This record gives sequence, structure tokens and C-alpha cells, in this order.
Amino acid sequence: MSSVLILVPLFGIIGLNMLPRNVARRAAFWFAAAVFTAEILLAIVHQPAFWTEALVRFDSFFRLKFSVDSLSRIMLICIGVVSLSSLVVAKSTVSDEKEAFKFINILITASIGMSGIVMVKDIFSLYVFLEIAALSSFILIAFNKDINGLEGAFKYLILSAVATVLMLTSIAILLLDSPDTAFSTLHNEIAHSRGNFIVTFAIGLFICGLFIKGGLVPFHGWLPDAYMAAPAPVSILLAGVMTKACGIYTLMRIVASVFGFTDPIKNTMMLIGMISILVGAFAALGQTNFKRMLAYSSISQVGYIILGAGTGTFLGLAGAAFHLFNHAIFKGLLFVNSAALEEKVGTSDMSRMGGLSERMPVTGATSVIAMLSASGVPPLAGFWSKLLIVIALWQIGHYAYAAIAILASVLTLAYFLYMQRQVFFGKLPPGLEGLREAGNGLTLTASALAVITVGAGLAFPYIYNHFLLPLKEIFF
Amino acid sequence: MNVTNTDMLLLVLMTIAALWTVMARSLLKATIGLAITSAVITILIFRLNSPLAAVFELSVCTGLITVIFVSTISLTKPLTHKEILEMSKARHKRYIYLPIILVATGIALLFLKIPNDFTLPRLATPATNVRNVMWNIRHLDLFGQIIIMMIGAFGVVTLFITKDDKDGS
Repeated sequence: MSSVLILVPLFGIIGLNMLPRNVARRAAFWFAAAVFTAEILLAIVHQPAFWTEALVRFDSFFRLKFSVDSLSRIMLICIGVVSLSSLVVAKSTVSDEKEAFKFINILITASIGMSGIVMVKDIFSLYVFLEIAALSSFILIAFNKDINGLEGAFKYLILSAVATVLMLTSIAILLLDSPDTAFSTLHNEIAHSRGNFIVTFAIGLFICGLFIKGGLVPFHGWLPDAYMAAPAPVSILLAGVMTKACGIYTLMRIVASVFGFTDPIKNTMMLIGMISILVGAFAALGQTNFKRMLAYSSISQVGYIILGAGTGTFLGLAGAAFHLFNHAIFKGLLFVNSAALEEKVGTSDMSRMGGLSERMPVTGATSVIAMLSASGVPPLAGFWSKLLIVIALWQIGHYAYAAIAILASVLTLAYFLYMQRQVFFGKLPPGLEGLREAGNGLTLTASALAVITVGAGLAFPYIYNHFLLPLKEIFF
Repeated sequence: MNVTNTDMLLLVLMTIAALWTVMARSLLKATIGLAITSAVITILIFRLNSPLAAVFELSVCTGLITVIFVSTISLTKPLTHKEILEMSKARHKRYIYLPIILVATGIALLFLKIPNDFTLPRLATPATNVRNVMWNIRHLDLFGQIIIMMIGAFGVVTLFITKDDKDGS
């Protein structure tokens, strides 16, 4: 039955494109909103029967086999929430009806790609859905057809192609060893051939490909340009969920379900995670552009996720999964605020801003919530996920990594305080006196994401019991 | 393994198609060349008794061609004949050293005697029937590729048609 998350949006957009133009353009927004909301609700209200039992005629006709477990549910919620945020922001920022309709088409196909990535249990099908997500991202980044957008899209395309080549080569090598590409079969065959140079090489290639897709250091070159160049609703989608679905979630899933948590893989993940945390944080400190700073901050926060997952323990994976969710929400929120600033001030250059919280109170207040959560300040959601990761590192004896993870949170606080001071506090620069708060679409989205950030922090015991504890059954 | 005349013919066809792909001045022709190369490789892999890999090759190429089409359309502008000739000359000048370096590296590796006898993992049992592989085992990939082609169409509409409208043509 999980195939409805792919088939309904797919046939929906085909149907929309067959309707008369005026009707289709009006219906597209509501259809997309309904699809994303249904995705969120189905993932939150856990009904095992829904995911496992087939609608006999529906599923027997298409014979698409997907599977949803606790980790997939967390990711599906992220995809639904961030896609919905991107949709609402697009309604406010893409004024032309024709362009908005095109945007919604590609946004839905991107969400089909991401949902497919989350629900497949076969490494080649995973590649196919990665391509769907990557092609949609490319079109979305270049959506405005300006020179920066095309340059960002081109960089994304080239790096994505390199990642694809690495992953395909890996799959080709693994096919020497395995009769098919299902996760379970590959897991058994790799365990059987453990220590073989060719198999180890293939695993290394696949992981490198995923590091590129996830924008981790040293494979992060494409990420700041793509985030900067993309239109506002696309930046929200890319930073909030796309790189996570294509790189980080996939890495966690593949390592846990296929390659296994061997010592070399764990050590590599923790090292790359730590380097990404530090490089991303130091690079963010030196930025004067709001969006570019958020892009480097994303690299740093994604480093935490990989660091947690690299421990290979339940607590580490739970922390990584929760930080993945938190980062999708607070980074999505910060990019919504960036869209509001760009719309009102006309730039994302922080040196031309100041004192904006006076004129844009909702944007200023929600920005504080997001940055405090990103910095791991209690009782916000980001605090709990970082705490789980640090405890997991401490438990396995990686005290230095744990200490650096804590200190890097101080760095996060430092660059976000600088941003807050430059943009929202201090004196209003001349020319911005008549500035007013951004439109309802942007402020409502920012408020909703801020409520989720605060709510997820306060309801942490519930989240731990209902979403994180079940991860134990999948991996251990 | 016995190499038949058909295999030899396919290998020659593959080489010609691959060369045409990289040498063609028109990106459209290069894309068609890539499609032919991939189709011939698919037939060769199938003849090597690996229908699963053949279907994978077909699947990868479908996606790849769509990506190339969309990116080509969005990132390029039509050149005049003179510009094409100038670019072609410059490209040959820039890349003429590549095949020489490649051959030299190959010879160097041969003399350095770098071990290349890595132990392969045990060979898996191949599936037998390409129709069965395509329609029963890998139908999800087929479905995915149809979505990729649909996104390609959306991409062309989004990035190409509006650009023309804006240009006023």
C-alpha cells in the first residue's frame, strides 16, 4: 500500500496536465498540498496495516514493492513538511501562474523521487530514484534561467554525475558477487566476501558517491553555489531535505542494511563527519551573505548526522535520525526567513541589513528559535539530538570527538549570533525605514516550522519512544 | 567463450557509435550516438549471458540520455558554423595530448608490473531470461525510467519553451 505515495502524486500530475489550463493551474497547489499533508499524516499516524497490506487490485496491477520502517517514516515526515513549506513559499514568491504550475509539477516529481529513495529496498532501484530526484533538482535550481541559477545547476549536475558514476561502478562490481541487487541479498553476499579487495573497493566507491550527494567535506564544492543560486523555495527544498534524502539518509540506510557497520566504515564516517562539522562551521563564520552562511552551516550540521551514524550504536543512530529531522526543520525555517529577507530587502548580503526584527518581528523571532535549536540550546529539539550523539560518542570511548562536537556547537552559536546581530539587531540602515513584515505565506510557514522546532524539543520523550526507539528493531 | 561474427560486428558497431558520440559537433547527434552505443552494449551484455546487467545498462542509458537532453537544452545556445569550426579546432588543440598520455601511462604500467590479479569474489549465478528480468524482476526500474522521461519533458517545457518566449522568438 506504500506505493500510493508514489502512484497518487504521479497520476495526479499526469491528470493535472490533461485538464484545461485554468482549472489545472488553480487545482495544482491544492493537489500538491493534499499530497504532502497526506504523506506527513500517514507517516506520523503509524498504522502498520497501511504500509504492509496491499490494496489487492491496485498493488497487484502495478506490482511495485516498497517497504516503510521507522527510519523511512522519519524521512517521509521530513519530505512532507519541507515540500509543503517549499510549496507555500513558492505561492508567495512565484507570481506568474504559468511558472507556478511548472514549479509545482517539478516539486511533485522531486518528492516522488525522494519518497522512492526512502522506500526502496534494492540498490539499483535506489539509483533510479536518486536520478529522479537529481534531475528534478537540476531543473528546479535552474528554474529562473538566470546565469547564476544555470551555473549552480551545472555544478550540481557535474558533481551529481561523478557521484552516479562512482555508485554505478560499485553496483557493477557488487553484481559480480551477488545474484541480485536487493539489500538483503547484497548484505549476505558482502558478509560472505568480507575482506575481498574488489568488494571493499566497491563499498568505498559507493560511500564516496554518497558523500558527494550529501555535500560532505571534501566533496562539498557544489553545495554553497547551488543553494545560493537556487530560487528561494528551491533552496528550502535542497537544504531542508533533498541533500539529506539523496546523500545522508541513503548513506545511513546502505551502511546499516547492506554494507554493515565495520570498523573502517565507522571510522571513515566519524572522521568525515568531524571534518565537515569543523570546516562547515569555520567557513560559515567568515560569510557575509545570509544564504551562503546557511549553506556552510548545513555542511557542518550534516557532519553531526554522519558523526552520530558513524558510531554504529543505537543511540548514535537515534541521535543521527533525530538530528536529520531537526536539521530539515530548522534549516528549512532559516531558508524561509532568507526568502522573506530577499523579498523585502532585495538582497541576502548581511552588510546591507540591520535592525530588521523591529520591522519584521515574525521573521526575527522565528530566526532566533531556529538558530538556538541549531546551536543545541535546551530545551529545543536540536539540543536533544546533539546530546544523543555526544553520549553515543562518549559510550564508545571517542572522547575527543565528543568534546569537539560540543565545542563546535559553540562555534555554531557564534556564527548565528553574528548573523542575528548583523541582520535583526542594531540600527535600521537608511532606506529600509518603510519596511514591513513579509507576506502571510512566508510568515505562516516560518511560524509553523518554529512551532515544530519548539514542540519536538518539549515532546522529546514521546518522540524518543514512538519514533527513535523502534529504530532498534531495524538495525539491532 | 566463443566469439562469433555477430559479436565482432557488434563490437565494431559499438566502437564506431562511441567514436561518433565523442566526435560529433552537434550535441543532438552525440546524444543519438550515445543511445546507439548503449543499445549495442545492451545486446552485447545480453549475448554474454547476463540479462540482468543488460537491463541495468538499458535503464541507466534511458536516464542518462534524458539528463543530457535537458541539460544540453538549458545550458547551451546555438552556434554559427564559424564558431563551431573555431571551437572544434580549439578542442582538438586542447585534448590532442590525452590519447598520447593514456598510451604512455598504459606502457608505463606494463613495465612497472603493478599486480592486477586481484581475487574476484565468486561469480553469481546469472538470471536467464531478459523478458522475465525486464517485466517481472526489474519492473520498478522500468517504472522509474518512465518517470525520468516525464521529468525530462517537464524540464524541456520549463527551461526551453519559456526561454524562447522571453527571447521574443
